[in-house]
Amino acid sequence: MFSNFDFDIISRSWKYLFFDGMAFTLKLTVLAMVGGIFLGTLLAMTRLSSKKFLSFPAGAYVNIIRSVPLLLVIFWFYFLGPYVGAWIIGSKDPVKVGDFTSALITFVLFEAAYYCEIMRAGIQSVPRGQVWAGYALGLNYWQAMASVVLPQAFRNMIPVLLTQTIVLFQDVSLVYVIGLPDFVGIADKVAHRDGRLTEMYLFVAVVYFVMCYSLSLLVKQLQQRVAIVR
Amino acid sequence: MNYNWNWKIFWETSPDGVHTYMGLLMSGLGWTLSTALTAWVFALILGALVGTLRTTSVTWVVRLGNAYVELFRNIPLLVQMFLWFFVVPELLPHAAGTWLKQLPNASFVTAVVCLAFFTSARVAEQVRAGINSLPRGQRMAATAMGLSPTQSYRYVILPQAFRIILPPLTSEFVNIIKNSAVALVINLVELTQQTRSMAEFSFKVFEAFTAATLIYLLVNVVVVSLMRFIEKKVAIPGLIPAGAGAH
Repeated sequence: MFSNFDFDIISRSWKYLFFDGMAFTLKLTVLAMVGGIFLGTLLAMTRLSSKKFLSFPAGAYVNIIRSVPLLLVIFWFYFLGPYVGAWIIGSKDPVKVGDFTSALITFVLFEAAYYCEIMRAGIQSVPRGQVWAGYALGLNYWQAMASVVLPQAFRNMIPVLLTQTIVLFQDVSLVYVIGLPDFVGIADKVAHRDGRLTEMYLFVAVVYFVMCYSLSLLVKQLQQRVAIVR
Repeated sequence: MNYNWNWKIFWETSPDGVHTYMGLLMSGLGWTLSTALTAWVFALILGALVGTLRTTSVTWVVRLGNAYVELFRNIPLLVQMFLWFFVVPELLPHAAGTWLKQLPNASFVTAVVCLAFFTSARVAEQVRAGINSLPRGQRMAATAMGLSPTQSYRYVILPQAFRIILPPLTSEFVNIIKNSAVALVINLVELTQQTRSMAEFSFKVFEAFTAATLIYLLVNVVVVSLMRFIEKKVAIPGLIPAGAGAH
């Protein structure tokens, strides 16, 4: 079955695949994770607000984002980025938004909706008495959040946040559709150049599997450690 | 910013000369729904089977089931699409591979197979969690009544487990519809792909994407209401309140 396969294509191109493609994928994943968790936490705090004019828009945003495919959102920003950019800087004509920036904004805004739901569960897992104790000590809302509630919420939710990040890492492969040079994009380019689709796609699948599976094992270990501490 | 709104664009004829843009979007929706629904049926059957096998006491069957779930969960859906579309026909015997490549609806068939396997792994995870969430006494009571293992699954365990996992199954149902958009990379002309072509042909970017977003939202609402209805319909009075299942 593998007799006429040419796995030499991997040894010829692995530097390009990993130092360009995988580096791009990891960079986008990490930046989107940091931005997504930050925005998601703010969204979760807004969603849990007792003021309707704050909680309603946040809830609507999260629900809308969660019911459309990521690919549609990627195209939204790919096509609309130039118009929105023009609107922001007050230009009359559509402006050019960098591919990486456009993809990063897309992933931060999209994943924030998912991180928001995780952080909401995390904040709600902190007993109410903790908040009251914070207020009794004279902390205001932001101080109570920053030094009492959020540290505990993060700690409880670290395994779930990381699992969502593995999903994000896999989702980043979708930037292939707008031609960005991520791991899949570069593998695809090399595969088409050398006419070796089969070998390359198998290799890509193996790399993703090894990375995601090891990460998920790590998360499982971490979960047990966090659970013991609590 | 110069942008000429034109909401009437949907009733103008598209470059194919026959359909309006609305017609294009509707045909896209048709492919999205038929792909997702067909795949959903197979995903449920496969997922229920694998999930159930993972709760048996035969070690190698459980391991095989775990490997199945990990395999489909740890490779991006996009890469799985490529594997089914480009790689599987090459790995099969020559005649079978050629037959696959020449199927009239190769994109549709491949997308259904890929989504079915991908989602079945997630369904299997839910089914296993549902079965494990039942009190041990249920299985013991079934055995004490003289039911065989197969009979206890059929009459005692599975009917309860499926009711418990209806809420998480609802999100998987929504997910499979959203995930079907990935099939555009293997040339399935579904809703997201049609929206993209409409944006490219008509330059009415805002209108096209707003319409697609609204359509996806509507489909979402319909699916969630349908599943809520089923949940209420099959709830066992006094046992599991509707909507209180494990998440």
